[in-house]
Amino acid sequence: MVTTVSTKPAGSTVSTGTKGVNISGTGRRPAGGNGSRGGPQPPNGGDGRHRAFPDSTPQQYRIGMWLALSAILMMFAALSSAYVFRSTRMQQGWQAFSVPAMLWVSTALILASSATFEVARRALRRGAREAYRRWLVVSLGLGFGFLAAQLLAWRGLVGQGIYLATNPHSSFFYLLTGLHALHLVGGIAGLSYLTLRARRGAAAAAAAAAAGAHDAAGTERAHVDAIGLYWHFMDGLWVYLFALLFLWR
Amino acid sequence: MEEATTPIEPSAATAPQVVAAEADPHAGAHPPHGHHGPPTGFIRKYIFSIDHKVIGIQYLLLAIFAAFVGMFMSVLMRLNLTWPGRKWTILETIFPLGAPGGVMTPEFYLSLVTMHGTIMVFFVLTTAPQGGFGNYFLPIQVGAEDMAFPVLNMLSFWVTLVGLVVLIAAIFVEGSTIIGNTDFVNNFLGGGGTGTLGPIGGWTGYPPLSALGKIAGPGQGAGATLWITSIAIFCVASLLGALNFITTLLNMRTRGMTLMRMPLTCWSWFTTAILALLAFPVLLAAGVLLLLDRHAGTSFFIPGGLVFSDAVLANKGGSPILWQHLFWFFGHPEVYIAILPGMGATSHILSTFARKPVFGYRAMVFAMFAIGLLGFFVWGHHMFISGMDPRTSIAFSVLTLSIGVPSAIKTFNWLGTLWGAKIRFTSPMMFAIGFVSLFVAGGITGLVLGQTSLDLFIHDGYFVLAHFHLVMGVAAIFGMFAGVYFWFPKMFGRMMSERLGQLHFWPTFIGVYGIFVPMHIMGIVGMPRRYASFQEYDFLRPLDPLVLLVTVAAIVTAAAQFIFLFNFIWSIFKGERASGNPWEATTLEWVTPTTPPPHDNFGGHLPTVYRGPYEFAVPDAPEDYILQTTPDAGEENVAAGAGHATAGQGVQGSSGNGHNGQH
Repeated sequence: MVTTVSTKPAGSTVSTGTKGVNISGTGRRPAGGNGSRGGPQPPNGGDGRHRAFPDSTPQQYRIGMWLALSAILMMFAALSSAYVFRSTRMQQGWQAFSVPAMLWVSTALILASSATFEVARRALRRGAREAYRRWLVVSLGLGFGFLAAQLLAWRGLVGQGIYLATNPHSSFFYLLTGLHALHLVGGIAGLSYLTLRARRGAAAAAAAAAAGAHDAAGTERAHVDAIGLYWHFMDGLWVYLFALLFLWR
Repeated sequence: MEEATTPIEPSAATAPQVVAAEADPHAGAHPPHGHHGPPTGFIRKYIFSIDHKVIGIQYLLLAIFAAFVGMFMSVLMRLNLTWPGRKWTILETIFPLGAPGGVMTPEFYLSLVTMHGTIMVFFVLTTAPQGGFGNYFLPIQVGAEDMAFPVLNMLSFWVTLVGLVVLIAAIFVEGSTIIGNTDFVNNFLGGGGTGTLGPIGGWTGYPPLSALGKIAGPGQGAGATLWITSIAIFCVASLLGALNFITTLLNMRTRGMTLMRMPLTCWSWFTTAILALLAFPVLLAAGVLLLLDRHAGTSFFIPGGLVFSDAVLANKGGSPILWQHLFWFFGHPEVYIAILPGMGATSHILSTFARKPVFGYRAMVFAMFAIGLLGFFVWGHHMFISGMDPRTSIAFSVLTLSIGVPSAIKTFNWLGTLWGAKIRFTSPMMFAIGFVSLFVAGGITGLVLGQTSLDLFIHDGYFVLAHFHLVMGVAAIFGMFAGVYFWFPKMFGRMMSERLGQLHFWPTFIGVYGIFVPMHIMGIVGMPRRYASFQEYDFLRPLDPLVLLVTVAAIVTAAAQFIFLFNFIWSIFKGERASGNPWEATTLEWVTPTTPPPHDNFGGHLPTVYRGPYEFAVPDAPEDYILQTTPDAGEENVAAGAGHATAGQGVQGSSGNGHNGQH
């Protein structure tokens, strides 16, 4: 049985014979279960020993990232609702302070970082690995710049005598910016990972291509997409928090 | 144990394939999951394993341990309620500070309430049905080799375990003069050594009591800090798990496994994972705010001008009600996180032993999603007495009552599945039927409590206690028992003792009704929750016989659980060998080439699915059930013409029951 299976020509799997045939009690055609997103599925390489759909694996990084982002979104939504409630309906002790100038700098930095990441991502799609790596490093640097600007903004506020427990607005400010920064550190870890891979990448990619591993490139692209989602989300989240804390009311 | 194979035929035939798959030099070219080879060595195989099956068993064992700890605490509570002030010499030895001289203090009782609730809700009801069975069977039932992110899966178990250890530590930092007086506890965690067993704020941890620290009472110092930390850790673990479940289900279903061909168990784990993914972040946010209030001097939850222990606190204008909103926004979906997997398992098991398809499969799926969705919009019914606007409470009330509709659909369909069936009354079936009974009995009082005017009177009393214990606690635990008895043969390759299973069922079933039916009456009379003793309330004296009855029932029920524990442990080693498909069921977990399943679940051949999950008693079929991997008659010719020996048939032929579609 082993030999029979492994010598079977590619594509002669059961799916070729059953597509579109109504066989089930539910009246559904036996579509590939993985087809929820990604297009036509390639045959499974001729032997049933590997995953039926090697092609679908990279997709899991994007799905997983969307799910992680929805969880993070829920957390900030909960905190936002608390903030809105506290700043409008229960204003006892509420003393808003004006925007620290440094925050405009950090906003500019994170917006720029999102843009450069997008340039990097597109470069990878084109196959321009050197440009990809360069723009990745630039994004990473801008990310660190953002963190530094946030730290400076905090130090400025501390210099004015505004601490975490000073009043409700400052409590929310430090909490929300702190949690955002914490999540951003995760994004920086992700970018660092991509950068390290990109450095080794040029040689490794050539080797992988030689070995016919179509998957490796797909997986790398999926990693870049997933981490890119996260990075853009952090950018959007910051703009939202900035508006919530200082511009909204 | 892992190596146990099906005694009936072809496991030997499949073994070479597994070996060949490992030896395949091209295996490395397909890096995806599953392609971690089977680990060798005890630690990587059983301790830090990334195999979803091992992780599932780890979750299950953790939950069984936690359940016995929680049950022990509930028995102690009953002892104190029935015989307050009585001296129990043994307690003096175990808890010298909680029960000085063997007499339980009221604070000790309150800490039992808190720890019992927290352990049961988080580490039993949330871990076993989802983390345990879901982990083990979701990948197998959708035909995948492992979870989408196996390392994340391992991480979520170990983070859960850390959460449990931290929670149990909360008992000891406050209950021990030795640990409770270290610098770390006093300076960093907020002080301890006050002589109770743990935090006394209840599992809901309402501020200001939970936000003020040590001055709020014994157990509220370091103990409460660890308690909140433990819950925050648990949130993270649940999020990792939920993310993994959803990704696996969306992306790794095998060929032919359309969404509407998934077993209802998979639907229930899917819905539960979505609920967990959206609810736990909110609890995490609330926990962070509470920790800041306790340790950083903020005023999120502590109101301004609060006078406490004859001193005015410096806090300005926080809102304790804010905690209630955040907590219950998580807390109500949490109820469904506990019960939905039980619903899925019950549907699955009822159909298998009634030998009939699930009545109204689609309706079951939609009802499950309706329950999950509505669950996010009803948290206010926990807060009717918080002084909310009556218009708001009407909205919450209407939404709450509307959950009765999908719940009734599910109940109706369960009864429809059983109707006119030749039922096989095995122990899993008994517990599944018990689940239906308890779900109805406990759910029906939800309609009472969902009405604002009635809830204002019975809130925070024994009626509420009885309601949620029946529907969320006991029903969910019956779902777990059903799951253990049903899947044990697949998990351990041996059958559990049927005689002991029945012996376990009856005292448990009668016992839980004996505990919780009288509690409804107590609640209507006016007995409040969380009181350590009712000695001073003359109007409650006539209830004394009922209180005694409940305690006796609780002790009997608790004792009966040792039958289960014995059966579980004994059967792992000495149970009768199980065949690959002992219940003659149809879904993919019963077609694995060996029992328990091999490391990659299907021995290198992912099955192909041709039909829905519950095809029992199909007219003109050779047997009264048809496996999901069995092609239709017309299908076989096509398959055979295309070159035979497809993955689906390969697996199916080795299912160990001799049923292979008769080609």
